[in-house]
Amino acid sequence: MTTKYLIIGNSTAAVGCAEGIRTLDKSGAITMVSQEKYQAYSRPLISYLLEGRTDERHMLYRSKTFYKDNGINLITEKTAVELDAKTKTVTLNDGTKITYEKLMNATGSHPFVPPMGGLDTLPKYFTFLSLDSAKELEKALAKKTRVLIIGAGLIGMKCAEGIADRCGGITIVEMAPRCLPTVLEEKAASIIQKKMEEHNISFDFGDSVKQFTPNYAKGTKEGDEASVSDKNSFENNGKKSTLGGTALTMNGKTIEFDVLICAVGVRPNTQLVEKAGGKVEKGIIVDENCHTTLPDVWAAGDCIVSHDITADVNRILAILPNAYMEGESAGINMAGGEKPYNKAMPINSAGFFDLHMVTAGSYTGKCIDASKNGEFRKFFIDNNLLKGFIIIGDVARSGIYTSLIRDKTPIDSIDFDTIKDEPRLLAFSKSRRESILGGKEEVPAASWNFATI
Amino acid sequence: MKRVYVNEEWCLGCHLCEYNCAFANSGLKDMVKALKGKKIYPRIQVEGDNNVSFAVSCRHCEEPLCVKACITGALHIENGIICTDKDKCVGCYTCILSCPYGCIMPAEDGQVIQKCELCIKNAEGSPACVKGCPNKAIVFEDNETRENEMKKSEAVK
Repeated sequence: MTTKYLIIGNSTAAVGCAEGIRTLDKSGAITMVSQEKYQAYSRPLISYLLEGRTDERHMLYRSKTFYKDNGINLITEKTAVELDAKTKTVTLNDGTKITYEKLMNATGSHPFVPPMGGLDTLPKYFTFLSLDSAKELEKALAKKTRVLIIGAGLIGMKCAEGIADRCGGITIVEMAPRCLPTVLEEKAASIIQKKMEEHNISFDFGDSVKQFTPNYAKGTKEGDEASVSDKNSFENNGKKSTLGGTALTMNGKTIEFDVLICAVGVRPNTQLVEKAGGKVEKGIIVDENCHTTLPDVWAAGDCIVSHDITADVNRILAILPNAYMEGESAGINMAGGEKPYNKAMPINSAGFFDLHMVTAGSYTGKCIDASKNGEFRKFFIDNNLLKGFIIIGDVARSGIYTSLIRDKTPIDSIDFDTIKDEPRLLAFSKSRRESILGGKEEVPAASWNFATI
Repeated sequence: MKRVYVNEEWCLGCHLCEYNCAFANSGLKDMVKALKGKKIYPRIQVEGDNNVSFAVSCRHCEEPLCVKACITGALHIENGIICTDKDKCVGCYTCILSCPYGCIMPAEDGQVIQKCELCIKNAEGSPACVKGCPNKAIVFEDNETRENEMKKSEAVK
């Protein structure tokens, strides 16, 4: 099989790549290989699906006719197992060989499950990253199911919100001393924590599981546990047992559960590129056009190392907007154009039971606390640049702040004081506003100064 | 493509555009029923202080960060106009965090977002805010026409 463009993956970065290619090359053959059986769907929506706020039809990331409209040959339920960058050939797990001119590795990430004692003795545990994993979890839940989630990051927290109303209670064990530890500081985390606790979710911070003991090992008899639903029962050596068990934590707590979900985080899928000799550190190393160190091989999304402009460090930024923009940048480059993506930074926006949180950038430098009336607002300014912010509550127009970070707007060039309480374009110069709103070309500051002289 | 442009110096800060926007998108035929005694949720908003005022609505960017950042695919481009599919939107507000101009806002129910769609999907057919502006502080113009007009007026100066 031969194709001009081969995209391994079928999620955000892969779609971004295909759309990027099609901005320049309307007809070159595109082949996409997907591990899953679905059309591209929005991965973060799996928690909304369980919450009943969306359905499978509305989870489609693009229209039903996306593949046909864009001339994409989608191969489903296959994985790429080998890449030979010299002969430009990818081998799939069924032995199919595909030769390509340009390759995109958009292989995403997989759930990271830390080593925990006795984990392998449990009949089953769940992860929460794919539509199938959500469907599987849904089947295991009943009104009285006690759920234990490992990890209070975004995945664990959104999962908890999604299932809170359809189970008997949730405990989240988190190694860090607070929830959402990578995106929130202490005070902000406590606000979100309180909201979650109102919904039958409890936390065990600064702790981790030392040892799991499955129920069957304790010889649980049929009907012993009123909280266990029949759905979770399964045959084990002729004795009826459950998916559940007991977790003993490092801090000495004992937590009984019927369903265990591991949501500690994700790790990049780098194997294909790594085995082919491409440079891989924490993730796949790429340049500004998302090109890997292998000829005619690009990579984008959760599997690569991005350059975070706010902290000026290379790190994995496994978030959806970056995945799309990296994929698009790569696609354009694959089709012969150039659109470097050099504005990557962490941004997170999520609601927890209708309490909204937005965060962006890094929390370095001087902190400006503009919290008031129960709203949480903190900004971090370093070297005359806005580096990051956290807002909980009224998040309206917060993209104005994000743009200050993204564009590296010198804080002293705007009236930051007037917008720390409420983001407004009023804080910008008239010339900047006329460019944004009036369609006029902005007069660059330097030439404007020259003109006044 | 025709877009809504702002002539800041002509804006009186009367907020009529906000009311016309809310009415046009209410789906109701009676303005009194649509607006009287209600908190309005317009897709255009007037900003200002004692010295200046101006109306802000979606720029329909050629490189729309909101569309690229949208986690559901609800935000999309229809003939250059950035539209939202409220059935797909789950109200995560990633677009609100991404729009550099603060032009996307939560809808009244707080469950989805709303934004200016140039009135192509309501009974008005073209921007109601512009039609109702008493002072041409917002206009609906083609990029090129506008650039030519501006060049002319610059030349006169």
